[in-house]
Amino acid sequence: MGKIDNSTLAGKLEGKFPLTVLRTDELSDMLNVYSDRRSNVEIVKYLWDEPSFQFQFLTDICGVHYPDRKGEELEVVYHLHSFVNNHRIRLKFALPIEDPTIKSLTELYAGANWMERETFDFYGIIFEGHPNLKRILNVDEMEAFPMRKEHPLEDPNRIDKQDKFFGR
Amino acid sequence: MSSHLPLVNHVEKETTTLNLGPTHPATHGIFQNILEIDGERIVSAEQTVGYIHRAFEKLAERRPFYQITPLTDRMNYCSSPINNMGWHMTVEKLLGITIPKRAQYMRVIIMELARISDHLILNSILAVDTGAMTGFLYVMQEREKIYDIYEEICGARLTTNIGRIGGMERDFNDNAIKKIRQFLKEFPKVWAEFEKLVSRNRIFMDRTVGVGGISAERALSYGFTGVNLRAAGVDYDVRVMEPYSSYEDFQFDIPVGQHGDVYDRYCVAGQEVWESLKIITQAMDNLPNDSFHADTPEYYLPPKIEVYKNMEALIYHFKIVMGEIEMPVGEVYHKVEGGNGELGFYLVSDGGRTPYRLHFRRPCFIYYQAFPEIIYGATLSDAIVTMSSMNVIAGELDA
Repeated sequence: MGKIDNSTLAGKLEGKFPLTVLRTDELSDMLNVYSDRRSNVEIVKYLWDEPSFQFQFLTDICGVHYPDRKGEELEVVYHLHSFVNNHRIRLKFALPIEDPTIKSLTELYAGANWMERETFDFYGIIFEGHPNLKRILNVDEMEAFPMRKEHPLEDPNRIDKQDKFFGR
Repeated sequence: MSSHLPLVNHVEKETTTLNLGPTHPATHGIFQNILEIDGERIVSAEQTVGYIHRAFEKLAERRPFYQITPLTDRMNYCSSPINNMGWHMTVEKLLGITIPKRAQYMRVIIMELARISDHLILNSILAVDTGAMTGFLYVMQEREKIYDIYEEICGARLTTNIGRIGGMERDFNDNAIKKIRQFLKEFPKVWAEFEKLVSRNRIFMDRTVGVGGISAERALSYGFTGVNLRAAGVDYDVRVMEPYSSYEDFQFDIPVGQHGDVYDRYCVAGQEVWESLKIITQAMDNLPNDSFHADTPEYYLPPKIEVYKNMEALIYHFKIVMGEIEMPVGEVYHKVEGGNGELGFYLVSDGGRTPYRLHFRRPCFIYYQAFPEIIYGATLSDAIVTMSSMNVIAGELDA
């Protein structure tokens, strides 16, 4: 198979999903696609099925928390890989923190199971349709979602490590 | 005849619950499996992981970039230099630094030594789990020699913290080169003898052939990478698909299995050791003569003696150690072929002194979830051999 061009990939995605693919950029090492969270399964399925793409390997799922972005504080990031074309793509779906739900990919990829559990464990993102969504690395009794930015790593009352003392 | 037997209308059928782990010698690390056993056969398994979770991703959000290196080598501690190098390359990718050829070749040599040490543990422990202790003790000596080489290069043995962002911390000294040469001369005999002991051994083959198999389709669906995926017949290797650190300069083969069972994993890992030796030999013979680090003083920690004598070096040293260097805003995903699969680093930087978000794609965390499916219907002894052959490293599993 030939090499995929990022601009054709972006163009095809935008043409196929004009309402749900919000924007794409190539600012980093691979194509970033920002889409509506309700369309995640359709987009992944399309990228899987389309004969010229065949993104059939799920490399990674992780979450990111941006407390300053109102209404889309949480973000789920998928890294997909097409072995036939040796090409990678990064899909991003923003979620509001009050309703952090997104559809699960476990129907498509068996490996999504633990990756989604890990994301739930650390960010509290609910994957709808996941067969066994519970904590994986932290204890079951834990109430907080520890990777969210409101949980500082060190005692917030400490003043000797404030950024202003380091020229920031 | 049957008329003499009492008529049994109803047999009470019961399965046994067995806890395999968390601290069981056969699990090689702290993780638990709750097995449901019907007689000898496993009908279901549930894994519990997270016993040594140390929150590396959270810790990384509070540390300057160079202080994250020691976190990475505590993940896959059987091949820690690969993790260190992967992290350095991730930061270099974010910064847009190209490092000199010599540094890249040095990294390749160290990464391949790490791969050998990982695979020799994997294969010899698999032999131990099938009852062959001798081979394990024999190759363990060779791992010590690899650790001696690390010690000569960076001063540490297990958790190496080797290399720097922008290259290596120091050049190979004469002793290191001598030790690598000696290793290249002596190790092939040892590995050949180990394989002679184990590979075609009747008992070993009876225990491993056709045990713990997985098809290529299921392996891909589960996100398998590394030896486990190649044993199932998919020739995916990051070193060839997306070469980093000058891997494109070397001639080597990617061994591929057929059945994805324990024996194929053993054979693929064993063959990879020979390929790694080929790579190290080529890298040693063609080691370029340029610098062992990039000329980027604002990111590369200067030698200590310069810090005492030279004003610029002192300034850069202070800025790097205090985490004051300018980091670009951006995000990168970098991957290396780790000891057990594709080790990925997803780094989001907002220009601050620490990463905004760092996610480790830990290969064994992803493929270990296939374990219940692989051992369904197998016996307990097969399950132990399967687990051993999958190269699950507790430190990496839990990060």
